[in-house]
Amino acid sequence: MHVPDGFLDAPTSALTGAVAVGAVGLALVKARDELDDKTAPMAGLVAAFIFAVQMLNFPVGAGTSGHLMGGALAAVLVGPWTAVLCVSVVLLVQSLLFADGGITALGTNIVLMALTTVLVGWLVFRVLQLVLPKRMSLTPAQAGVAAFASVPVAASVFVLLYAVGGTADIPLDTLLTAMFGVHTLIGVGEGVITGLAVGAIVAVRPDLVRGARPLLESRELVIRGAGS
Amino acid sequence: MKRVSTTWVVLGIAVVALVLAGVVSRFADSDPDGLTKVSEDHGFAHTEKSRDGLVGDYGSVTGVVGVLVVLGVAGGVTYAVRRRGPRDEQA
Repeated sequence: MHVPDGFLDAPTSALTGAVAVGAVGLALVKARDELDDKTAPMAGLVAAFIFAVQMLNFPVGAGTSGHLMGGALAAVLVGPWTAVLCVSVVLLVQSLLFADGGITALGTNIVLMALTTVLVGWLVFRVLQLVLPKRMSLTPAQAGVAAFASVPVAASVFVLLYAVGGTADIPLDTLLTAMFGVHTLIGVGEGVITGLAVGAIVAVRPDLVRGARPLLESRELVIRGAGS
Repeated sequence: MKRVSTTWVVLGIAVVALVLAGVVSRFADSDPDGLTKVSEDHGFAHTEKSRDGLVGDYGSVTGVVGVLVVLGVAGGVTYAVRRRGPRDEQA
């Protein structure tokens, strides 16, 4: 869903640019509390992994493809503030090196794919974690559902921005229907990929999955109490 | 249960990312993505101002280059802002 230059007008792009600068600045401060000896080595890799998987467009029918956005995946693996940094770096490199996403649209793409997907993904994941039984085996599916939800929401935020500063006169209701519909399908892929990736790490080292920490803390106390 | 060391997890993710970008990306669907398709169907694709990136198009080699650049930049940024343990503060 990389927005190119020209889709949104200059004032709207400046607005999203300012929001992106503010959010990334805040994330640089807040991520400090998330990045410890366990998450710090993971963060760069999670960003590199998301970049690689974003190259893998999968078909969603009707001559349309989609790819991972990765905000929910990064949030579950390394924490939401670090996730904002990871996805923002991916978007920056894609824009500068590959012209995938515009330069003036970089703020817009950060708002959509770094902020919106991380926020929605993390909130849905945490709510599911709080209301469902505290079991590690549920973590990959919870991450997958959170990732699924994040994609149509990001598509809807794009339509909202288009309503504010789109450069063409498009009926907004049909635009919303089209964007929401196709990105709900793409969201299924996002959910499957996120569930598989989180499941792979949970299987070998659940302690490296930051979103799984609340489930591990009680267990670790027992192990340490046993003197091992 | 034997724990997989952090080194192996790190190497595993790195290898998977490089193989996905360098090899599996050849099999990616080449149809337009959701937003591109919607912009074509709804008559605003022409508003795009296209330009060239510094590296060019995605391919096996450029994909691997991209993975390494992202790893370096994101790894560098997060390493710089991380919470430092007592040992680091002496340095």
